[in-house]
Amino acid sequence: MNLDSKIPEGPLSQKWTNYKTNQKLVNPANKRKLDIIVVGTGLAGSSAAASLGALGFHVDIFCLQDSPRRAHSIAAQGGINAAKNYQNDGDSVMRLFRDTVKGGDYRAREANVYRLAEVSGGIIDQCVAQGVPFARDYSGMLDNRSFGGAQVSRTFYARGQTGQQLLLGAYGALSREIARGTVTMHTRCEMMELVVEPDGQGVPRACGIIVRDLVTGALRRFAAHAVVVATGGYGNVYYLSTNAMNSNVSAAWACHRQGALFANPCYVQIHPTCIPVHGDYQSKLTLMSESLRNDGRIWVPRRKEDAEAIRAGRKGPGDIAEADRDYYLERRYPAFGNLVPRDVASRAAKERCDAGYGVGTGLAVYLDFRDAIRRLGRDVVEQKYGNLFQMYQKITDTDPYREPMMIYPAVHYTMGGLWVDYELQTTIPGLFAAGEANFSDHGANRLGASALMQGLADGYFVLPYTLQNYLADRIYAEKPRCDTPAFDAAEQRVRQKMERLLSVGKSADGHPVDYYHKALGKVMWEYCGMSRSEESLVEADRQVCELEADFHRHVIIPGTADEMNPELEKACHLADYFELARLIIADARQRKESCGGHFRVESQTADGETLRDDGHFMYVAAWEYQGAGHPEVMHTEPLHYEEIQIATRNYK
Amino acid sequence: MNFTLHIWRQADALSQGRFETYRVEHISPDCSFLEMLDILNGQLVGDSVAHPVCFDNDCREGICGMCGLYINGRPHGNDDGVTTCQLHMRRFSDGDEIWVEPWRAKPFPVVRDLVVDRSAFDKIIQAGGYISATTGGAPDANAILIPKHKADEAMDAAACIGCGACVAACKNASAMLFVAAKVSHLSLLPQGQPEAADRVRRMVSKMDELGFGSCTNTFACEAECPKQIKRQHIARLNRQWIGQAFGRDRK
Repeated sequence: MNLDSKIPEGPLSQKWTNYKTNQKLVNPANKRKLDIIVVGTGLAGSSAAASLGALGFHVDIFCLQDSPRRAHSIAAQGGINAAKNYQNDGDSVMRLFRDTVKGGDYRAREANVYRLAEVSGGIIDQCVAQGVPFARDYSGMLDNRSFGGAQVSRTFYARGQTGQQLLLGAYGALSREIARGTVTMHTRCEMMELVVEPDGQGVPRACGIIVRDLVTGALRRFAAHAVVVATGGYGNVYYLSTNAMNSNVSAAWACHRQGALFANPCYVQIHPTCIPVHGDYQSKLTLMSESLRNDGRIWVPRRKEDAEAIRAGRKGPGDIAEADRDYYLERRYPAFGNLVPRDVASRAAKERCDAGYGVGTGLAVYLDFRDAIRRLGRDVVEQKYGNLFQMYQKITDTDPYREPMMIYPAVHYTMGGLWVDYELQTTIPGLFAAGEANFSDHGANRLGASALMQGLADGYFVLPYTLQNYLADRIYAEKPRCDTPAFDAAEQRVRQKMERLLSVGKSADGHPVDYYHKALGKVMWEYCGMSRSEESLVEADRQVCELEADFHRHVIIPGTADEMNPELEKACHLADYFELARLIIADARQRKESCGGHFRVESQTADGETLRDDGHFMYVAAWEYQGAGHPEVMHTEPLHYEEIQIATRNYK
Repeated sequence: MNFTLHIWRQADALSQGRFETYRVEHISPDCSFLEMLDILNGQLVGDSVAHPVCFDNDCREGICGMCGLYINGRPHGNDDGVTTCQLHMRRFSDGDEIWVEPWRAKPFPVVRDLVVDRSAFDKIIQAGGYISATTGGAPDANAILIPKHKADEAMDAAACIGCGACVAACKNASAMLFVAAKVSHLSLLPQGQPEAADRVRRMVSKMDELGFGSCTNTFACEAECPKQIKRQHIARLNRQWIGQAFGRDRK
C-alpha cells in the first residue's frame, strides 16, 4: 500500500499557504446540500462542527454523554500552547515547531507540525473572541506559564481549568450553530460502525455510520458525504488512566476494521504527575497538572534508610533535611530541571522507585511546594493552583499546603491513532480523523499543553479547509442514502457483535466486564507500560490472548441490547480493546528502538536515556486490519526532515 | 466499612419508581462514592439478582458535570465543594444507611434509575448563552484588554460545570444560578457586550418556557454548588434583565 501523505509543494513555511491558495472550494448554495457527520464533541469535534456549520454545511454531530459539554477535553488542566511571543522571550512559530518535533523525539511529520505551530496564534485570538476567560496580568494583557520541553513561556491558561474553558467556548459556538439549524446534535448516541460503499467509479468511500441510541438501545443509520471521527484516544486500554470512564477506542477501531490504517499504536504517553494508585477498587487515576512543575519541586530521599522509614510511617517528609533530599530531575537535567518532557520525567520517577527510594506505597515521589510557598506566599500559590490543591486534598485527605503531594506516573494520552495525510484524511476516502484520534502531530511523545492546541487547530483551522477540498468533487455525486446493502450489512455486523457477547452463558467461572478489563490493564501496564523488552512483550501477548479467550467464553452481561445497558456498552468497548492491545504489543515489538514514550530496555544509553535508531526506524508504522484473530500487516511511511536538524534529544 | 443502601430504581421515564435496599461490605474509606456503586454493581451482575444500577458518570475528577446523585437529602452528598465522584466514603460512618436518589425536578425527567435528562440546560445555552464569534477573523487576543479582576470574576462564573445540583437543591427547581453564571461570565467581558441584552432576555425566557421554577432567593443553590458559584451572579442577572426589560428593546 502506498501511503501518500499529500504534503504540499514549496518551502515548509509556505506549504499551508500554498495549500489554501490552490485548494478547491464549494460555493455557498452547494454547501447547504452537503452533509457531514462528526463523531465526538471534544475540542476537535465541537470546533469542527461549529466551523463547518458556520460555513453552511449541514452537520450531524454525536456524543455518548448527555451533553456535548461533557467530552473529556473538559478535564485538561494546565493550558494551551501558542507561538504568540507575548512574553518577548524569543518565541516564534519556528521555535514552537522545533520544540514539538524535538519533544516528539523526531517521529512526527514535519509539515503537519509546522502547520500546527503556524495556526496556534489564531486559536488564542478565536478563543478570546468567544469569551474564554484566560488568565491576565494587572495590565489586562494575557498571562503565560511554562510547560515541559520548552524554555519560553508560551502556555495560555485559565486557572487549572483550561480545557474546560476552551471546550465551553467551542460548545458555545456549537450551540449557536445548533440554534441556527446548521448542526443537529445527537446526545447519548454511540457510533458502532462505519459504512463504506463504492462510488460510481468503484472507489470505496465513507458514506455513513450506524449509531446505537444508548437510552433505548435502538440502532439508527446516518448517511453523509463525509465522516469526521474525533473520538479521542485509547488510554483506557490500560484500565487505570487519567481518561474519563466512557472514553474508548471503539469508534476509531470500527474505522480501522473497515480499512483505515492505525498508526504508531505503541506511542502511549505516561504522565509523570498523577495521584498514585491506592487500591484495587480504584476506577481511574487523577492527573495533577504539569503546570505544577512550574513551582513544585520533585524529590525523593537521598538515603534508602529514610525512604524505608517514610514507607513504614516512622518519618514524614518534613523530617528529611534539605541535604538529604534528592531533587533528581534538577540533578540529572540541570538545563530543564523539573520541566523536562513528560516521558523523561516519568522514567526518572520509575527509576528512583525501582531503585528503592519511593515513598508512600513505594510507588510515589514527592512534588513539593514548600519553597514556592516561602517565595511567593500561600495566597499566590492558591490563586495559581487552588483548584488542583483542593482536588488533591479531597482525594487523598492530606493538605498539600503543609505536606508535599505524592505523585506517580499514569497513562494519560495516546500519540498513536488513525493514520491521516496532510488533509487529516484516513486511508478511506471521505473519512477524516481529528484531535487525539489521529496520529499526526506529536511523534513519540506529546509536549504538555499541545493536545488542546492540536484539537482546536484541527477543528477550527484545518478541517474547514481540507474537507472542502474533498467535498468540492462530491457535489456531483448522488445524495447518500441509508437504505443500501452496505448499511444493511453494517447494521448486521453490529447486531452480531452484541448478540455474541450477550449469548455467553452464565457459568461458575464468569465475571462482570470490569474484572477482565482490570486484568487486561494490569498486563499492559506491567509488560507494555513505561518500559518494554522483547521478553516482556512476548509475555504480554501470551497473557492478553488468554484473557481475551476467557472474556469471550465467560463474561457475564446482564439485560438485553434493547435497553439502556452500560454493561453491554463496556463489553463492546473491551472486545475492541483486546484487539487493540495485541496491536500495541505488535507495534512495540517491531520498533526495537527507544523513542519518546516508547522505551525498549534493549535500546538505551549508558545513563539510561532513550536511544533512537534513526537508520532503521525513522518511519511511521501504519497497520492494516486483517480480520479478527489474524496478525495485522504493517506499512511504513518514511519520515523526511528538511528543516529540522536531527539530533539526540538532550535536556541536560 | 459496611453500608445499607436505599437506591431509587426506575425502569424508564414512564414507569413507577421505588427504593430498593442493598448491602455493601468491606468498603475502604478511601473509596469514592461512585466506586462503591461500582462494587455494588459488580455484586448485582455476578449474583444476577438485579439489573445493575444505572448512574451517569464520566471524568470522575469533578469537572465534566455528568455525575449527580441526591445523597441523604443533599445534592452530591455531605461534603462541600465537590461533585458526587469526588465524595469519598470516609465522609460516612461505618454502618450508615444511605439514601440515593436522582435529581428531582420536572425539567429533568428520569431516564433510568439515577440517570436524568438534563438536555434542558443545553437548550438554555442554545437560546443565547454564547458570544457569536464565527471562526476566523478574530482580532489579536491582546487587542482586547480586560482588567485582571474582571477576568477573574468572569472565570469564577465560568467555572460552572452544568451538573444541575442548583436545580436539584432548589425547592422551586429554579435554574437561576446556572443561567446567572453564564450571563455573568459573558457580560463581565467586553466581548460579551454587544449581545448582552438579548442574551439575558432569551436565556431567561427559555428557562421559564422549559418549566424551571422561579427564584425566591433561598440560595440553597449556592450552598450546594460543587463549584461554589456565588449568588451575586443572580443579582447581576436580575439587574441586567430589568435593564433590558425597561430599556430600549434592541431587537
